Amino acid sequence: MTEELLRTAGVRAGYVPSVDVLRDLDFAVDAGQSVGVLAPNGGGKTTLFRTLLGELTPRAGDVTLDAPVAAVPQGDHARLDFPVTALDVTLMGAYARTPWYRRIAKADRERAEAALERVGMADRRDARYGTLSGGQRRRVLIARALLQDARILLLDEPFAGVDRTSEERILHVLDELVAEGRALLIATHDVEQARRWDRVLCLNGRQVAFGPPADTLTAPILRETYGAELVVVGDGDGEEAICAPHHDCGGH
Amino acid sequence: MSIFDRALLEAVLLGAACGPLGLWILAFRQSYAAESLSHAMLPGLALAAIAGAPLLLGAAGGIGVAAVVIALAARDRRIGADLAVAVTVTTVFGAGVLLANTPEIPPKLADILFGDLLGVTDADLIAAAVLALGTAAGLASGHRALAVAVHDPQAARALGTNPARVQAALLVALAAAMVVAVQGLGNLLVVAVIVAPPIVAQRLARTLMAQVVAAGVVGAAGGALGVVVSDRLSLAAGASVALVLTFAALLAVTLRSAGGEQRHARSPIEALGG
Repeated sequence: MTEELLRTAGVRAGYVPSVDVLRDLDFAVDAGQSVGVLAPNGGGKTTLFRTLLGELTPRAGDVTLDAPVAAVPQGDHARLDFPVTALDVTLMGAYARTPWYRRIAKADRERAEAALERVGMADRRDARYGTLSGGQRRRVLIARALLQDARILLLDEPFAGVDRTSEERILHVLDELVAEGRALLIATHDVEQARRWDRVLCLNGRQVAFGPPADTLTAPILRETYGAELVVVGDGDGEEAICAPHHDCGGH
Repeated sequence: MSIFDRALLEAVLLGAACGPLGLWILAFRQSYAAESLSHAMLPGLALAAIAGAPLLLGAAGGIGVAAVVIALAARDRRIGADLAVAVTVTTVFGAGVLLANTPEIPPKLADILFGDLLGVTDADLIAAAVLALGTAAGLASGHRALAVAVHDPQAARALGTNPARVQAALLVALAAAMVVAVQGLGNLLVVAVIVAPPIVAQRLARTLMAQVVAAGVVGAAGGALGVVVSDRLSLAAGASVALVLTFAALLAVTLRSAGGEQRHARSPIEALGG
């Protein structure tokens, strides 16, 4: 029996009165499921994540979360000139549950070390966050999310600008997290990569489609998702390789 | 206590309080706010001097009025926060200079602008001690929230911290520190004790906690050295403290950039690396 962790029903959200940035959200994610989120720039991906994180109250509809949520942002939003180490940043995942008058619990310190070990960053734990590569920073942010005890993880472009080692390591960790029964939402521009997730959510100001990759990664749906941004490359066999512009098409 | 001892104690307490506070002000890139707040106190100070009221009250009133005007002006989207601060502070400072030049004002304008470390009272010393203790307690208890709010404001809420609230609390603490410090260091020089110690600390220490502590030590040591220098060379005390601290900051920046060229040369490549 599957356990549902997250459900949206008829959700509309936006920032300026009477302008919806995102509408018609109707999807559910089970424990142990990975969802690729495809959207053009300005398609509502950030709005979706902010709504799920509780930072933005939906205008209509319901968001039901049966587990804590954590976000793994693109690491470059963080300040790189600030003197915190990889371990410091990971420990920030325990701040919300540590009262200001207490020290970080020993158990949380051990878990932070284990989380860094898991993302292959144990040997860089004392390195300054700002001196790490983009991929290494992403791995530290995943470790931070692990310490947040979140069963629902929202990953914003976890592979963008990431070196091959980090990409493999991140993929490996994500597979492990899914196997542990967590739910992952992975925003990506890479259509080919979206095929490896259990479900795909296509957004373009509204929910265009939600379902298994085979049903959603079709030319008509992708055209509706990306509109004029879409690049379609024929490969001569009557099949089409499709990708969003400026992004890796997975070798096609 | 002699006048010299009082001045020394006041400078050490103010340096120990303002240095660590300044480290966070710099981390939030709010040194412009610090500069502005200090200028915004002037009319309040001048009015208090004319009325014979404690300067502390005048400074607090001046900052309060300026903060309200800035907040109101910044609400107009066409103006924006930076412009609101710039216009408000310039206007308020101009008004303050006019007030301070009126014949009724007992102390000279120079005392308000540049402070009077040698004239600190028992009340001033108590205020400085309370400020030093309060700042230490506040920064220690808020250390984690401050670190998250600076490092990753976007993710801060999910990590249990409201970055806007943290920043507002820091600015209130800054205003309180300036109100207390202005008596000794003056309206124009008080910024030195906020901004210079963290510049030195950032180059002396590696970890965040070490930098916070170092900023306090540098602030206190710079304050003490400034008072000693002023005593030996018969210079103005507030100006000596400001000069010692800014000279230390300049020295730290120069030495570190000469010795740290290798590190700087690598950073753009690191930034590009995947």
